[in-house]
Parts: sequence; structure tokens; C-alpha cells
Amino acid sequence: MIDPGWYMGLAAVLFMIGALGLLLRRNALVMFMCIELMLNAVNLTLISAGRALNDLNGQVAVFFILVVAAAEVVVGLAIIVSVFRLRATASVDELSELRG
Amino acid sequence: MTELIWLAIAVPLAGSVLLHFFGRFLKEPLPGVIASLAVGTSFVIALTAAIPFFEGGAHGETVLLWEWMPAIGANIEILWDPLAAMMTLIVTGVGALIHVFAIGYMHGDERFHRFFAILNLFIASMLILVLAGNYAMLFLGWELVGLCSYLLIGFWFRRHSAAAAAKKAFIVNRIGDLGLMVGLMLVFTAFGTLSYAGIFDRADAELTTGLATAIALLFFVGVVGKSAQIPLYVWLPDAMEGPTPVSALIHAATMVTAGVYLIARSAAIYELAPAAQVTVATVGAFTALWAATIAMGQRDIKRVLAYSTISQLGYMILAVGTTAYVAGLFHLMTHAFFKALLFLGAGSVIHAMNDEQDMYKMGGLFKKMKVTGITMGIATIAIAGIPPLGGFWSKDEILAAVFERGGYFSFLWVIGLVTALITGFYMARQFILVFLGKPRWDEGVQPHESPRVMTVPLVILALLSTIGGLTNTPIRLSLEHFLEPAFESITLAHPPEETWLLVVIAALSVIAGLVGIGAASVNYLRPREDWERWEGGLEPVWSWWGQAYGVDEFYGRTIVAPGKRLAEVTAFDIDIPVIDGAVNGVGRLVRGLGAWIRPLQTGYVRNYGALLLAGTVVILIWLLVGGA
Amino acid sequence: MVEAILFVLMAISAIAGAVTVVVARNAVYSAMGLLGTLFSVAVIYVVQLAHLVAAVQVIVYAGAVLTLFLFVIMLIGVDKSESRDEALPHQRAIVGGIAGAMVLLVGGVTVFGDFDWVPAGSTINANATNGTVEAVAAPLFTDWVLAFEATALLLTIAAAGAIALAHHRRRPS
Repeated sequence: MIDPGWYMGLAAVLFMIGALGLLLRRNALVMFMCIELMLNAVNLTLISAGRALNDLNGQVAVFFILVVAAAEVVVGLAIIVSVFRLRATASVDELSELRG
Repeated sequence: MTELIWLAIAVPLAGSVLLHFFGRFLKEPLPGVIASLAVGTSFVIALTAAIPFFEGGAHGETVLLWEWMPAIGANIEILWDPLAAMMTLIVTGVGALIHVFAIGYMHGDERFHRFFAILNLFIASMLILVLAGNYAMLFLGWELVGLCSYLLIGFWFRRHSAAAAAKKAFIVNRIGDLGLMVGLMLVFTAFGTLSYAGIFDRADAELTTGLATAIALLFFVGVVGKSAQIPLYVWLPDAMEGPTPVSALIHAATMVTAGVYLIARSAAIYELAPAAQVTVATVGAFTALWAATIAMGQRDIKRVLAYSTISQLGYMILAVGTTAYVAGLFHLMTHAFFKALLFLGAGSVIHAMNDEQDMYKMGGLFKKMKVTGITMGIATIAIAGIPPLGGFWSKDEILAAVFERGGYFSFLWVIGLVTALITGFYMARQFILVFLGKPRWDEGVQPHESPRVMTVPLVILALLSTIGGLTNTPIRLSLEHFLEPAFESITLAHPPEETWLLVVIAALSVIAGLVGIGAASVNYLRPREDWERWEGGLEPVWSWWGQAYGVDEFYGRTIVAPGKRLAEVTAFDIDIPVIDGAVNGVGRLVRGLGAWIRPLQTGYVRNYGALLLAGTVVILIWLLVGGA
Repeated sequence: MVEAILFVLMAISAIAGAVTVVVARNAVYSAMGLLGTLFSVAVIYVVQLAHLVAAVQVIVYAGAVLTLFLFVIMLIGVDKSESRDEALPHQRAIVGGIAGAMVLLVGGVTVFGDFDWVPAGSTINANATNGTVEAVAAPLFTDWVLAFEATALLLTIAAAGAIALAHHRRRPS
């Protein structure tokens, strides 16, 4: 049994890598994967914290997050496909019509 | 038949709507025929419905059509009594003849159908006015005829002067309408209703003399506007910019008589306000004289008639102010006949002279236009008050009634008599300048008699002008009996009872008219140089008359110019810098603010993500370091 | 001791996978990196006795979602690789600032923070959080049943929305 802090640290590192990827990559698909990374980091936090606090609800919350993430991926990928049909590109930098 | 009287309004209204939307598909002269038939139908309906009144003794009836605003007594209802019947018959009868005339006069106009659509609308509006069963509906009609007048005066709106005249008529009328509106508010405050039935029966009990005077004078402000009395008469001469049938229909025969009708209808209120009656009579008498003098100095054939109309309206107002309502309405009727005839005759002349209106460039037309000449001659004698034509009986009845009142009214009678003399003068002058003497036409003008469609109405109107006066002679007072049920509770002023006095008064006014005619004949039958020298000898008075005493310029300087200046100041010195400035300032502020923070919206989702994350970090720092 | 060894191994592979996701210029490699991370995290879940969640992670994420990703990658072109030039001004600086701030924050909290992960006086009861199917299902279908239903609805809507978005309307022309 190791200290939950290690798990938290790992989650933080994963989250940061995901966040940096999200901000630095311009391929919409890769950005999506980065979001999945961040979600996984959060899931890890919830499981570890639930275990440390003797609470099963942590796992229930993760379950919900998994489902919502799946739904998000489905819709997000559909959007990417339809954008690609229009623009023939997956780069989010091309989609800047809402510039002020 | 009384229940169906609303059809008299509905038929011309339907004609107007029809012509408005579908008139352009109809070929000339079909729109004119339809419009004339609509008004003719109205006339027949009114005539049928009026049978009980001809039989005598029948009282007025109120026909409720639709409960509009029952709480204030403003319903769509029709009061069908002898007064309304008489007005309806004049409006539709003369109106129908003028419609027929207009078919010929407006021949070839590109907006032929539109003209008849508005003309029909005008007839419908005027009927709403005279058939109304309450003041609200009367006001509706009052405003509608004002609108139609605007549309018709400005019918040739491409001409700048016509557009200006239309605006002038509308604005001057609004001044009067304001008075009428305030008067109606006072009536409503006093009675709690606008319905005739609820007002006239209780006027005695509800009104103090002061309140009655206030209402009567405010109504009179409206009358002054619509019936072109001093000081608001200035719009009427300018209204001659409209097509001549319009001048005949609106500005001579019908619309301008609305004021006379209003006073006659409100007789129960005027009865309680002697001071107002004196005011009305005085304004009427002075208007008659004032306009008659101006008419002497005019060169434009239609302007003479316009000022003559104002003058004759002055007679009518004088009559109703003297409480000689029957005499006033009688004159209204005869005047409708001969003034419509004069205007249509003038229209025929103008038509023949290729739109020339300057009488100094006419002359000698009698040989070319026999029908027009004879009918115009009849009208001239009628208006001058020579027996046995229409104008004599009505004008004489007015003057006799005014004389009988005595006292201050004797002074007004003298004015009326002088006006009769001047009337004879300027009418004879016009007739001679146009029809007699040597031709003074411009090069290339080929006068010709107008087509049948124009001359037939002239003949009918000439006939009416001749015999119209016989409806109410001292020997046989038919009109008075006809109108009796409408004025049952009103004290009427009557001509003197003594026959010799009556004859003397009549003789005096006839002599006045004859003197006027004689003077004009002696003068204007001379060669042109002579009468021009004579007119020049009357300077500067003649120029005053010719320029209508400069009243227009006076109004322009004292009212219009300051008004324009005020508008300019409010527009350019207040509205634009202050109000617009404030509005634009707010807009600029928002724009500036927007421009300042706009770069934040780069449109790049990764920028937004970075900012979102940065915000999260800031909140985290605050929670971990500062907050906790 | 087993837990510690497993943690170290899995942490290394998870971070390596995550770095691959971010660094790989070809999206297929990114997807493979993500696969590695997901498996590693699933193993950590098992270590933490979250059996059901670990299974779902492998089946749904590694199985379904990632397959979907690969399909889309193929659909819009596998051979496209992204250039490393940054197009947006200041983006790298902002990201660097954020990353620095986060490192400082997490490091500071870890090193200087007085932070008890486990409340004082309590011991971890492994049985309480033994995430078997039965154990997770009990709260899921009692306390969280409303949220469960809502999630079901969300999934249905998402599926319908995806069909609507991806459906290619062929115009008559």
C-alpha cells in the first residue's frame, strides 16, 4: 500500500501533458485524444481518492465520466468529419470565422 | 328605406376601393363611369329615403349600425333627419354631376382612375360627416374630407405649387381641427357622451352660458378652418392648384360647407351662447366683404371664384350666426348649384384655352363656346342676386333676417349689402373679361366648345341654379317646412313679417347687385387700354386687392418664417448636436470599447483553451494560496 | 511492495504513452500512445481494486472509442503529418506560462503543503472499495439512478446527433 499522493502526482502529470497537447497541437483528432488523457487523469484522481476515503462513490463517478466521455467522442468525431467534408482539413486553426 | 341609408355611404366607398385596387385595369372612361354611377346610386338612395320628409312632418331617426365605443356615445350610427337629407342630396346630386363633368375634364390623364377613386372616397367621407349620429363620427368624416382635399389638391403633385398648396390646405385645416377637437373634449366633459341624442336634449340643463360659449367658439375655430373664414381662409385660393372638378366639388359645393353644417347641427349649443353667435355672424360678415374686395383685383379666373366662394361662405356663416339657419342652408344649396356651375364653366374655359387661366388673355369666347357662355352667364346673374334666380332668394333671405335682428346686426346688414354690390361687380367683370370684348388670346390658342359629357352637367346645373331658389320663396316656404323637424327646439331668425319692408330690403339688395353689374359693364366693355388705365388709376388699392392684402406674405413673415426658424434651430442646433450626439456618443462608446477588447476574440479555439486554462490556474492559486 | 513496483512501471508507461500522444506528428502514433496510457491506467485501476471500472476502461475506451478514433483518422487521411511551426502568436508563451505556473503550484503543494491524503486516524478498508460489479451496481441503481437514467438519455441523444451530423445529404445536383 503506497501513499495516495503518488497516484495524485501521476494524475497531475498526465493532466498537464494532456493540457499542453491540447494547447499546442492543431490537429483536431489529437486534441481530442488529449482531452481523453485529461479525463483519464481525473478518473485516476477520483478512484484514488475514493479508495483513500473508503468511498465507493468515486468509482460510480468515474463510471459516469466514462459514459459522458464516450458520448462526447461520438459527437465530436461526427463534427470533425462534417467539418472535414467542408474544409478538407482537420486543423482547428483554419476554423477562425468567429474572429472579433 | 331609412335602415338602408348606410348604403349611401357604402356605395361610393366600395367604388373607391374598387377603383383603387382594380382601376388601373379599366380603360378610360370606365373608372369615371363607375364612380359617377356610384355617386348617382347614392343620390337615388338618399332621395328615396327622404320621401317621408318631403311628405312633411316626419322626424329624424337614428340608425345604429355598429357599437363602436358605446361608453362614450361614439357608435357607427346615422342620424337621418331633414338636415342630413338635404346635405346628402346636395353632396350626392352636385357630386354626381361633377363626376360626370370630370370624365371629360380629366380625359387623357395618366392617373385617371386614381382621380375617381379619391373623388369617390371624398363623397363617402362627406356623407360620413353629414350622416353621422354623433360627434365622433362627424369628426371622422371631418378629418377624412380634409385628407381627400389634401390628396386632390395635390393630385398633380409633380407640380411644386400643387404639392405646396396641398400641404398648406392640410396644415391650415389642422389648426381649425385642433379647436374642434378641444371643443369635442369639452362636450364630452360636460355630457359624458358624444352622441347627438344625448347632447342636444340635455344642452339646456347641463350647459352654463360660459361653457356653451366656450364650446361654441371652439367649434367655430374648426369651422373657420374648414369653411375658410378670416383668418384661416388662406388655404382656399391656393387650393385652386387642384384639377378644376375638385375645386368645384370640394372647394365650392360641398366640403367647405361642412362648417356651416356643423353650426347648424350644433344649433342647440349655439342657442345657449349669444356671444358666440355674434362672433360667428361678425366673422362671417367681414369675411364676405374682405374676400369680395380681393376678388375684384384678381386676374386668374379660378382665383376670382375662390375668393367669391370665401365671400359667399361668409354670407352663410353670417346667416347661421344670426340663427337664420334655414336661410344659411338655403344659401348653401343655391350656392352649391351656381358655384359648382361657375367652377365647371371655368374648367370648360380653361380646357378650351389650353390651360390658360389668366382672364386678361381671354375675351370674346362667347362666340366659340355658346353653352359654356350661357350657363356661366346664368350663374353670374344668380350669384349677383338678380331675381328670379337662385342667389337672389337665398341671399335676400339672409340679408332680411340679419336686418330684422336689428341693433348691432344692422351694421352687419350694411356690410352684407356692400358685399352684394361688390359681388355684382367682380362677377360681371369676370364674365365680360372672359366671354365678351375682343379676343386677347395667346398665339396658337384655338378655343372650342367642350364635349357633351362636360356641357350636359353645365346645363343641368344652370337649370338648378335658375329654379333652385324657388324652393324657398317668401310666397312658398318649402325648404323651411322641409327642415322644420330638424330645428324644432331652436329659435330661428326670420325675415320681417311686413311685406313692404321685405320688398324694400329685397329691392335694395337687387339694386346693389345691379349697380355692381352696371359699373363693371360700363367699365370693362370699353377697350382694354381704357379699363387697364382705370385699374391703374386705383393704385395702390388695386394692387392690394390683387395681392389679397398681402395676408399670405404677412402670415409667411409672422408665422411660417419663425416656425421654420424654430424648426431649424431645434433640428440643427438641438437635435443633431445634443440628442443625436448623445445617441451617437453611446454608440461610439460601445464601438470603442468593442474595438478595444476585440483582439481577445481571435477565433482560434486553442487561444480560448489557453485562456480558459490560465483562468483555472489563477483560480487554483487563489484557492490554494490566497483563499485557504 | 507489489503495488509500488506495478505503480512505477505503469506510471512510466502511462507517461510515455501520454508524451507520445502529444509529440507524435502522425495521428496514428498518437492513438497508439493513447492506447498505452489507457491500458496502464486500467492496470492501476485494478491495483486499486476498481475491477468494473478497469474492465469498462479497456472495453469502452481502448476498444470502442479508440477504434472510432482510428476510423476517423483513416477517413480524413492517415498520411497527413502536422508541421511543428506555431501559427498563433504568443500561444507558446502563454502555454509555457501556464505550464510553469502549474508545475510551481503542484510542486509547491507537494513539497511545502501540509497535506494529508488520508484523513488522520482512519485506515483504508480494502473491502469497502472493492469495486466488483455488484458493489458498484448497488449505489448506481439506488442513489444515482436518476443520473444513470439521464446518462442513458444523453447517450441516445449523442448517438442521434452523431448520425445527424455525419449524415451526408446528397443534393439532387
